[in-house]
Amino acid sequence: MKSWLTTTDHKRIGLLYFWTAFGFFLLGGLEALVIRAQLAKPDGIGLSAELYNQMFTMHGTTMVFLALMPLSAAFFNYIIPLQIGARDVAFPRLNAFSYWVFLLGGLFMNASFLAGPLFGADRLSVAPDGGWFGYANLTERQFSPGPNIDFWLLGLQILGIASLAAGFNFIVTILNMRAPGMKMLRLPPFSWMTLVTQFLVITAFPVITVALVLLMFDRFFGTHFFIPAGGGDPILWQHLFWLFGHPEVYILILPAMGIVSEVLPTFSRKPLFGYTVVVYSGVLIGFMGWGVWSHHMFSVGLGPIADSVFSATTMLIAVPTGVKIFNWIATLWGGQIRFTTAMLFAVGFIAMFIIGGLSGVSHAAPPADLQQTDTYYVVAHIHYVLFGGTMLGLFAGMYYWWPKITGRLLSETLGKWHFWLTLIGMNLAFFPMHLSGLLGMPRRIYTYGAELGVTRLNVISTAGAFLIGLAMLVFLWNIVRTRRVGRPAGNDPWGGATLEWAIPSPPPVYNFTVIPHVESRVPLWPTERHGPMAPLPLTPPAPIHVPGGSWWPLFTAFGLPVMAIGALSHHLWLVLVGVAIVIVGIYRWAYEPFEV
Amino acid sequence: MPRLRSLWFLLTAVCLGCGGSFPQSTLAPKSDFSAAIDALFTDIFWWAVVVFVIVEGLLLFAIVRYRARPGRPAPRPVHGHTALEIGWTLAPALILVFIAVPTMRTIFATAGHAPEGALRVDVIGHQWWWEYRYPALGITAVNELHLPVGIPVQLDMTSADVIHSFWVPALGGKRDLTQGRTTRIAFRADSAGEYWGQCAEFCGASHANMRLRVFVEPDTAFDAWVARQRAVPAAPARGSLAERGRQVFGRGACIGCHTIAGVSRGTIGPDLTHLGSRATIAGALFPNTAEYLRRWIADAPSLKPGALMPPQGIADDDLTALVAYLQSLR
Repeated sequence: MKSWLTTTDHKRIGLLYFWTAFGFFLLGGLEALVIRAQLAKPDGIGLSAELYNQMFTMHGTTMVFLALMPLSAAFFNYIIPLQIGARDVAFPRLNAFSYWVFLLGGLFMNASFLAGPLFGADRLSVAPDGGWFGYANLTERQFSPGPNIDFWLLGLQILGIASLAAGFNFIVTILNMRAPGMKMLRLPPFSWMTLVTQFLVITAFPVITVALVLLMFDRFFGTHFFIPAGGGDPILWQHLFWLFGHPEVYILILPAMGIVSEVLPTFSRKPLFGYTVVVYSGVLIGFMGWGVWSHHMFSVGLGPIADSVFSATTMLIAVPTGVKIFNWIATLWGGQIRFTTAMLFAVGFIAMFIIGGLSGVSHAAPPADLQQTDTYYVVAHIHYVLFGGTMLGLFAGMYYWWPKITGRLLSETLGKWHFWLTLIGMNLAFFPMHLSGLLGMPRRIYTYGAELGVTRLNVISTAGAFLIGLAMLVFLWNIVRTRRVGRPAGNDPWGGATLEWAIPSPPPVYNFTVIPHVESRVPLWPTERHGPMAPLPLTPPAPIHVPGGSWWPLFTAFGLPVMAIGALSHHLWLVLVGVAIVIVGIYRWAYEPFEV
Repeated sequence: MPRLRSLWFLLTAVCLGCGGSFPQSTLAPKSDFSAAIDALFTDIFWWAVVVFVIVEGLLLFAIVRYRARPGRPAPRPVHGHTALEIGWTLAPALILVFIAVPTMRTIFATAGHAPEGALRVDVIGHQWWWEYRYPALGITAVNELHLPVGIPVQLDMTSADVIHSFWVPALGGKRDLTQGRTTRIAFRADSAGEYWGQCAEFCGASHANMRLRVFVEPDTAFDAWVARQRAVPAAPARGSLAERGRQVFGRGACIGCHTIAGVSRGTIGPDLTHLGSRATIAGALFPNTAEYLRRWIADAPSLKPGALMPPQGIADDDLTALVAYLQSLR
């Protein structure tokens, strides 16, 4: 227990990230099922408007910040040091700090479900209810007087700190900790996409932090940044939020694209087609992601010039995305494709992402978007991209790296059930949403009239959502079963090409007995000029220093929710206690002896 | 082509078992604005179908043709192909040009002001109802917008509180209403009918209940409606139930928030001067019947979460009289 609380091992932190994020993923999924149950019938099944608004707000917030991002982070943590031939990340204690801040931020945000009685209200009444996008001026004190939005904006500020710390950590790790010979253009594609993602994190999160601080000042100290009557402007919130929000979309999708770029070559027995083009298109997407934010705001009425410019930049971003898809298909072309579960999820990712990309082009055209935005058509689009894309990519990564991480192979039979139920479920759930949107169903409504004519479409969506829920039960059963009877994996069950497959599963605490010298992009495969890398020695020839554990990351992280609770309950002294905890923690951390 | 596309959607919808009519559909344009959008979307839709078939086809072909079979030699380790890369960069870029050009054209064609002589209506969004002021005609309407067919219309829109979005799919795209700003849409409805819409921007507890209707009418019907709205409803006959209802209205809390021309001047809630002439109440949520009016006045928040009008403790027979009075306001 103590060793887990003080751990600085990137592999253990990766596991902590995984289980925490997976728990939040299941919670966000339950919220989705509540939403779908309510919408299965015109006029609902009895959920109040207030509870429904909390459900969709927390579903979005949870899936983006507490499930998809940290599930990617689990793979960054576990896999990146292994792929680049390092013993750990650059700043192991900062890495632990990131995790604890994420955990505490997530718990703080979700505690809002139970916190009602502390504010003289019922349970399930003070959770955030302003949407994951928290549009001002609805989220100002005048229109949202309760603590709901306070939980949201304080929780997100805490989570932002976790993301920023991890972002810097992984940039330094990938740039500085690569094994000898691993030039940037020999970096595995997953590591490359992680690098791009982290640059987006450290540039985008300051933007939302600014927005959240301004909103916090409005709510707590009576400023008027987003209040028209006081000279402020609610549209400013939209610009700041989407200036963060669109890079955030690529923060969510690029890691999954990286995973798919690892899985496809392994199971086609061919190197990634057009490696440099795939890498550069990822970098280009990272840059272009900054120039498209107002396509979330076409209905605001920014004028035809702004609409045209953002429409053009948005359409342009389809080009590097398309290039990636063509290179993936070319990777499959001429290969010897083995349909493992990981491969099925990777191919499923491509097939579903194409649909999400095409519907994306249809609302890159502002006039068409004026009919589609804020309807279920857009709900369909984001779920094809973030579930059909990111989530299927993450499942591919789970099946691919599970044997590396646990030493045991997940059941392929159950895996295939998991895949097909997920694929059928998601298409049943999300495809009809294109139609219900085009037929006039707005999003974020807790009820609709039978006269709208979209009842059956909603019934189908609900059935699909529960099918996805069933698929998750199959996956959970697969996990439980594998712990007991899973087949041992050995170093390399798939015939992978990258360094993580050269070491035992699960890897020893020091990862590599000897840091390998890297000669090509596919070190474990033969190439025209090189044979496969020689096996590493079974035991380290010299003693290896591994950093010891530390309490201070956890201690320091603990100060942040204390500050947030102080702000929430309007107790300045409690905020100061939190500040003191953080200062003491950082001080002790800085002066902690190197050898423990 | 648009017809074919709509047909495809409707077929899918019917196959999926919806049937019936779709009063809020985006696929049945009834104005120049919505028709322009529909034509553009049709263009994009077919391009998307073409790309979908080609790319998913390639993907399917690859995974079927190149699945592992025993005895096949190890694949050739191809690393890339410059000409192919250039090709599949240019091809989508070219398709996007074919999408972008009509897109830009449509943006500018639909963004302008309405021509001189257009009917102008000021639209004000409230949590959770719509107010329409016709400045040239000197009338105010609530939730139900009446427009003449075939005449250009410009809606100048703002919000009294949070951001809302005015959306009537048959007549055009949505546009946000923001406090402190005026946004506009302009269109010309091309056929008479009753069109449904609702707020599209999440605006709080009863966002789902902020609905609206547009009645597009031939000139004579529209003029008649305007004339009725301009007139002050006749005072109820002495000794009638409505007369008593008017007294209930005058001594209750009603006058603090609602306007009835010649009776009260409240501005927090909707104008009730011609309530009896409306088809719906409570943000186009319920039919305008005595039963719903009773329930609404007795306890509005139970029918529409967050509604600002608190439950009115009005005695039963007073309530009957009040409803009779409100229904008489035609």
